[in-house]
Amino acid sequence: MKKQNIRNFSIIAHIDHGKSTLADRLLELTETVAKRDMTEQLLDNMDLERERGITIKAHAVKLDYKAQDGETYELNLIDTPGHVDFNYEVSRSLAACEGAVLIIDASQGVEAQTLANTYLALDHDLELVPVINKIDLPAADPDRVANEVEEVIGLPCDEAPRVSAKTGQNIEQVLESIVSLVPPPENNDDKPLRALVFDSVYDSYKGVIVYVRIMDGKIKPGDTMRMMATGAEFNVVEVGYMRPNAMEPQKELTSGEVGYITASIKTVSDARVGDTVTTAENPASEALAGYRKVNPMVFCGVYPADGADYENLREALEKLQLNDAALSFEPETSGALGFGFRCGFLGLLHLEIIQERLEREYNLDLVTTIPSVIYKVHLTNGEVIEIDNPSHYPDPAVIDYCEEPTVEAHIYAPPEYIGAIMNLCQDRRGVYMNTTHLASDRVDLHYILPLNEIIYDFFDVLKSRTRGYASFDYEMSDYQRSSIIKLDVLLNGDIIDALSFMIHSEKAYAKARRIAEKLKDNIPRQMFEIPIQMAIGGKVIARETVKAMRKDVLAKCYGGDITRKKKLLEKQKEGKKRMRHFGTVEVPQEAFMAVLKLDDE
Amino acid sequence: MKNIGLYLHIPFCKSKCPYCDFYSFSGKDTQKDEYTQVLKDRIVSSVSTLQCKGDTLYIGGGTPSVLGAKNLATLVNTCSPFLTGSAEITVECNPYGLDEDFFKILHDCGVNRLSFGLQSAIDNERRILGRLSNRNQVENAVKTTQKVGFKNVTLDVMLGIPEQTEKSLQETLDFCVSLGVPHISVYMLKLEENTHFYKNQSKYNFPDDDLTANLYLQMCETLENQGIMQYEISNFAKQGFESRHNLKYWHCEEYLGLGPSAHSFLDGKRFYYDRDFESFMNGNSPIGDGLGGDFTEYAMLNLRLVEGLNENKVLERFGHKIPKEIYEKSQVFIDNGYMLKNENGLAMTRKGFLMSNAILAEIL
Repeated sequence: MKKQNIRNFSIIAHIDHGKSTLADRLLELTETVAKRDMTEQLLDNMDLERERGITIKAHAVKLDYKAQDGETYELNLIDTPGHVDFNYEVSRSLAACEGAVLIIDASQGVEAQTLANTYLALDHDLELVPVINKIDLPAADPDRVANEVEEVIGLPCDEAPRVSAKTGQNIEQVLESIVSLVPPPENNDDKPLRALVFDSVYDSYKGVIVYVRIMDGKIKPGDTMRMMATGAEFNVVEVGYMRPNAMEPQKELTSGEVGYITASIKTVSDARVGDTVTTAENPASEALAGYRKVNPMVFCGVYPADGADYENLREALEKLQLNDAALSFEPETSGALGFGFRCGFLGLLHLEIIQERLEREYNLDLVTTIPSVIYKVHLTNGEVIEIDNPSHYPDPAVIDYCEEPTVEAHIYAPPEYIGAIMNLCQDRRGVYMNTTHLASDRVDLHYILPLNEIIYDFFDVLKSRTRGYASFDYEMSDYQRSSIIKLDVLLNGDIIDALSFMIHSEKAYAKARRIAEKLKDNIPRQMFEIPIQMAIGGKVIARETVKAMRKDVLAKCYGGDITRKKKLLEKQKEGKKRMRHFGTVEVPQEAFMAVLKLDDE
Repeated sequence: MKNIGLYLHIPFCKSKCPYCDFYSFSGKDTQKDEYTQVLKDRIVSSVSTLQCKGDTLYIGGGTPSVLGAKNLATLVNTCSPFLTGSAEITVECNPYGLDEDFFKILHDCGVNRLSFGLQSAIDNERRILGRLSNRNQVENAVKTTQKVGFKNVTLDVMLGIPEQTEKSLQETLDFCVSLGVPHISVYMLKLEENTHFYKNQSKYNFPDDDLTANLYLQMCETLENQGIMQYEISNFAKQGFESRHNLKYWHCEEYLGLGPSAHSFLDGKRFYYDRDFESFMNGNSPIGDGLGGDFTEYAMLNLRLVEGLNENKVLERFGHKIPKEIYEKSQVFIDNGYMLKNENGLAMTRKGFLMSNAILAEIL
């Protein structure tokens, strides 16, 4: 294929603006996939992605398109994850392209991630191809949205295709725009190999499949590939193109192309996203810019509901990690929950995805503890320790002060919601920076927010308070000094370690009261009265009592049906086993869940 | 060989009460006669192989009285050759539509104990419970039985009826006492699946557990003040009027049950007839339910009794004492007033009876 006829592009959009549906239509139109093979949103492989309507992992596919000029073009579509947790992956996918299709919803217009992704694309010097989607909706107003895009982003939209990915209307115009607007890659075949890894997937037969964009040089089976960040070397077994339903082996991949490499690589952490592949025979002197090792930001304990599943949980985490270099885990034990793992995630969505995959794909019943960020605790002796686990929190007496991570957040919304958003941000200890009026009906509120205030439910609350009109994007900022304390839960006088968490001192009282009430409602009455106490360093700040149960009796013995009575006794004993025991107190799983999900209400 | 108890199940009722999940249906008159014949044959064939006698006969249901005095007499007479001379013979009755002749016939054929489902003396509560008769009809029926010569009459009372209060319970108990009956069973309403109450629980104002527990304690006190002493979780009697048949269940002794859904414990084996009228009429054999009478079962049943688990009886029956482990596990309950320990063994207190499921699950 002539380099002139290659187009490498991504599709970027705010969530729900129709990225995956448009991708499906492009695949269909280029007959890459026979229509009968189409599953909705083909690029979203995992059930979870299809259900949640988000793309978790990047995927890529090669399409052949015969354009109106009579030439056949090789279009490489690199899909990008659609969530802020995976921003880094997005940036690597974009770095592999020359252009990006920017989808804007014809009724909703420019949203937070529209802008965030646009800036990200412009950072990589991508040519943008605006596409106005969902013109079939009754509320669609493509003219207004086109104006908004020109006004806010400064991107001319006169020629922008106006399409409905859902019905397939005007999709061909998108392909023509890609061919005419996105520049072809440069021919750098003569330089030493440099291939950008934008995704890697573990396959139990081939080992890790490394998805690459060849920037310079060539690669073929038999070459010795070298990962420039880690120095690891592997013998290339196979190279080829990704087709929607199969891989298509090739003799070689050359500069400008997008494809895959297999080399019997055991884990994806050996081929991390953003790393540069070169060859040992003719190594490049410098890696491609922009690699960084992604670090988990959010941590929580993950425990099997049934202690017997501990080993199964370990195996499941190991398997998931083969495919997810950002997931970290190490064993931990809890007095309350037994043996489990302290896991690190990119963000809350990542946490939820892993949790759901463990439960669905590995059939595990889990209890997770309250998520935490990494705090920097400055001790009186001058030492600084990083704490992501409340049970490692030092004695308050030896703490000088604490620092917590913050984010720079941008919230985009119609101006009538400014008040509601400001209230929310203030409530979340946000520091207001400024407001920018982007368009007549769109403002950008810029805040510095503590990460621990947004990891749980910030986005959901924001959505509900703005009737779904606000959108939100953030990037990590620096650590700031803050009054963080550890809040403990005591049942019958014993600390339940799994329920301890770190919180800003101003919020501790209100939260403590709510948790105590919630526990009271969710711990069934037992033989003896159970005091529930919430404490900071030994000082009780809230208290509730679960009264003793008074009646649990089988009044009648059912004539001579003793077996029935015996079975009830057995059932009662079984029920006890499903409880978590703390001394004499039995706490059902639901009570933990209720506390952990406190913020959902 | 020890004497056993004999139980006959009569699966007919005029109407189904909203709390009841015992096996019963309304049944046609011809079915009742046919059933009597089939049951009669089954009694004869079943007892003929037994090496022992029966010293109690309990005809329960359902509502045995709907079978009619003649059929009931037929059944009692069929059993008589198998029973000891002093056997306790109980028939459960619904006072609705019964006259003096009915009770006379029963008395003449040897029935010496009658059980009435009073449930409540408050007519509003009786209506909620779906009882067909009113308080006066019960009063008249009991008085008639006494006139005919029955000295041993027991009333069933229910705790936890929708709308029930301390005051209304007191009225019911006073009513029972005024009738001079020597035995009362007081059952706490339990919502059984497949009953009308279970399916419609949100429509009724059931007393909560705390109130029900208070009602229970109130009831125990009221009855004992009248000399009607508690001898089991739900049973109270003047001295000498304890139900000998039901004591067989709680003492883990043997009994033979005939009729659909009737359970038996014989020669160490438990078995029962299917909850299916046709199946019983067709002569199907009972269904095995495993072995019975192990220590756990024995302890579970005996701890329902005020006398509790007796060291000597345990030793006699099992050849060992009450395991130390059980005393150890019971200690916390003894310390908190749920259980009692003395030289005879281990027993529940009233507070313990109320929590007996949870306690048994801990100690057994």
